[in-house]
Amino acid sequence: MSRLGGRLRWETAVTALLVAVFAGGAGFSPDFANGDNLSFALDDLSEIALIALPMTLLVVCGQVDLSVASILGLCSALTGRLWDAGLAIEMIIPLVLLVGVGCGLVNGLLVTRLGLPSLAVTIGTMTLYRGLAYVTLGTGAISEFPVAYTDLATSSVPGTPIPYPIALFAVLAVVTAIVLHATGVGRSLFAIGAQEDAAYFAGIRVKRAKLALFVVSGLVAGFAGVVYTLRYGSARADNGLGLELTVIAAVLLGGIDFDGGRGTLGGVIAAVLLIGLLRNLLMLNDVSTEVQSIVTGLLLIVSVLTPRLIAVAREARGRRRGARTAAPAVVP
Amino acid sequence: MTAPARSAPPTLALVNVSKSFGAVRALQDVTLELHAGEVHALAGENGAGKSTVVKTFAGVHRPDAGEVRADGAAVTFGGPADAQAAGVAVIYQEPTLFPDLSVAENIFMGRQPRAGLGRIDRRAMHAETARLFERLGVPLDPRQPARGLSIADQQVVEIAKAISRDARVLIMDEPTAALTGQEVARLFAVTRTLREQGCAVLFISHRLEEIFELCQRVTTLRDGGFVGTDLVADLTPDDLVRRMVGRDLDALYPKQDVTPGEIALKVRRLTREGAFTDVSFDVRRGEIVALAGLVGAGRSEVARALFGVDRWDAGTVEVDGRALPPGSPTAAMSAGLALVPEDRRQQGLVMDMSIERNMGLTQLKALRRATGRGGLISRRVERDRAADWGLRLQLKYSRLSDAVGVLSGGNQQKVVLAKWLATEPAVLIVDEPTRGIDVGTKAEVHRLLSELAARDLAVLMISSDLPEVLGMADRVLVMHEGRLTAEIPRADATEESVMAAATGRPGNGKAA
Repeated sequence: MSRLGGRLRWETAVTALLVAVFAGGAGFSPDFANGDNLSFALDDLSEIALIALPMTLLVVCGQVDLSVASILGLCSALTGRLWDAGLAIEMIIPLVLLVGVGCGLVNGLLVTRLGLPSLAVTIGTMTLYRGLAYVTLGTGAISEFPVAYTDLATSSVPGTPIPYPIALFAVLAVVTAIVLHATGVGRSLFAIGAQEDAAYFAGIRVKRAKLALFVVSGLVAGFAGVVYTLRYGSARADNGLGLELTVIAAVLLGGIDFDGGRGTLGGVIAAVLLIGLLRNLLMLNDVSTEVQSIVTGLLLIVSVLTPRLIAVAREARGRRRGARTAAPAVVP
Repeated sequence: MTAPARSAPPTLALVNVSKSFGAVRALQDVTLELHAGEVHALAGENGAGKSTVVKTFAGVHRPDAGEVRADGAAVTFGGPADAQAAGVAVIYQEPTLFPDLSVAENIFMGRQPRAGLGRIDRRAMHAETARLFERLGVPLDPRQPARGLSIADQQVVEIAKAISRDARVLIMDEPTAALTGQEVARLFAVTRTLREQGCAVLFISHRLEEIFELCQRVTTLRDGGFVGTDLVADLTPDDLVRRMVGRDLDALYPKQDVTPGEIALKVRRLTREGAFTDVSFDVRRGEIVALAGLVGAGRSEVARALFGVDRWDAGTVEVDGRALPPGSPTAAMSAGLALVPEDRRQQGLVMDMSIERNMGLTQLKALRRATGRGGLISRRVERDRAADWGLRLQLKYSRLSDAVGVLSGGNQQKVVLAKWLATEPAVLIVDEPTRGIDVGTKAEVHRLLSELAARDLAVLMISSDLPEVLGMADRVLVMHEGRLTAEIPRADATEESVMAAATGRPGNGKAA
């Protein structure tokens, strides 16, 4: 729960920004605020939004998983490979999810058993899993997945502009918010992220918690790989390249402290939507994907920098005030 | 070398200084004069304003009213650099040296002597450092890296750094809190040398006996207000406590007599390689058993192993007759063991977390059950419980949702105690329960431990504070170099008998 300028909560500021961007976008472009476009904008967010949930838990816990996009790519490639080999989708999905779990387990074991920092571990496995994705499928693409499934990934819940993957995200977001903010598990995660030793000395099973989070992260990234494949109707090894940075940008912009122990899921959800709207607006205005990634990068920097700048400004203000009141003492 | 020359103006002084932070008045009309050639004690409970005084001298804070004077002339310190330039040096309880640089490099950081072409003249630097150590009378090697130095040696390095910068005022903020008896003696010797060489020293310590041993004058603060400056020779320890607390203190060691009950903690031949060997003892219900010894004797290591934070290699531990598995804090907790660890800031509390959540952290399961809403925790139940414990332990706080880090050290320790007492343990292990907390809260903690024992709790108390050990324990176990060397009943426990066993001197230390 970082605070801006005294009273204003960071999450509230992000939500206000979200509303402002929405209103601004609606005024700016007539194509923006209609159901079809919003539905498309939301659908485009599916993987980012889903992966942001376990990523929030990880960062609260003082960890990070940079390999999520590579797990997504590996699972996408595998989906294609197995479909090409003639397996039914109903068989493929559980297998692929199992691979996602395996990837997360490897991350988690390297972090908890060997005591390596998660940043280093997942930079390694990020490259490893992407490599495996290329081994699985080469540089080609597999398409022509059953329409029933690709439709499920792109169509909306009847009567709403909400695509099915986002509806699932909404359900999972509620579950995650409850776990993080209203259960003992959530308390433990905050404690581990804020002060691991103290959490351990309070009898919290620190390693088990971290391991479980990496496994969940792998599972969700694997599932996001399936969603991505079906949504684009195309399985490729380079699917989701660079997506981890957008996810982390959303988590940090949402007010989760990168050092762990602070933040709320509500802020992250607002930040995910904000990033989705910005991407959509840029796309509507034919801004290239390169510029879009520049915007993501700037958001990441701004979200990390702003709280520090506020702290520095507040300190300087306090110092000036102190100097002013102390001034009479200079006269001998 | 004796009385400071009062004709000269004080080297450094605060004159009628007041300072507020928001609505909190940290200092009000405080006057404190440091003269060359004296060691001046600053006494007061936690929250009395001692740190604000230190920070004002160090140039971190500027007074709202009143002035800072150097050699009788008013000065304004725009920041720590100004204070340093005026000859003020602060030695903190835990110095922060660059671990990978040598001792000499640490001392001359930023002002290394130069040879030709801007190269650092190492020979001159080492020679100068050796001269400094000689002047202080300590045998340290200038070439040694700072990593691995004891805290006491690190403080000496800081002092040497201060002298090399021609510091005339040395401020020592609780320098002895983490030192052993011998190290304290050496620090005092160094301090006396500096005093004789004309330094003004401000000395802060919670250990009253140290003030009486080292200092000539003492200034007392209470709740930010100035109580007075006295010659130490004119005061008794009780006088000083009364000045600090503002009332007569209940007995500092209110130990109740108890009849020990069943064995609650049974330790047999416990060994952890490299830490302790073949440790066996019992703690009965109702008993306070102290584990004494020098720092590094393996006492905290035994506590950590009992609680499962570290594994043991051999031996058995039973709590109420149930054997504990090694290396599982969770199992130790459910067996009824609780550990108030040595390092409050790192291990005892999550400093950024609220008071209520810190208290709840050990009882997440119980909170869940109490709520009866599936797995959810009710914030109201959590807060009610925290408020209840706050009342029972006379915790001073403004809101339970405040971060625990804003509390004073003594109140933080109460939160740690509450968090563990809430688990209703059979055995409470407390590691240095009153380190760094003020004398008023110390008495409260002692009374609490005594009451808990009287209500059938078994208490194992690790302490380096000998008066505390002698005042509180029914039995004293003494460790030396990883082994139990003596078990001394309350009646026979004296400073001499405990220290003899702690330093491994045979014969006279054993129980009669």
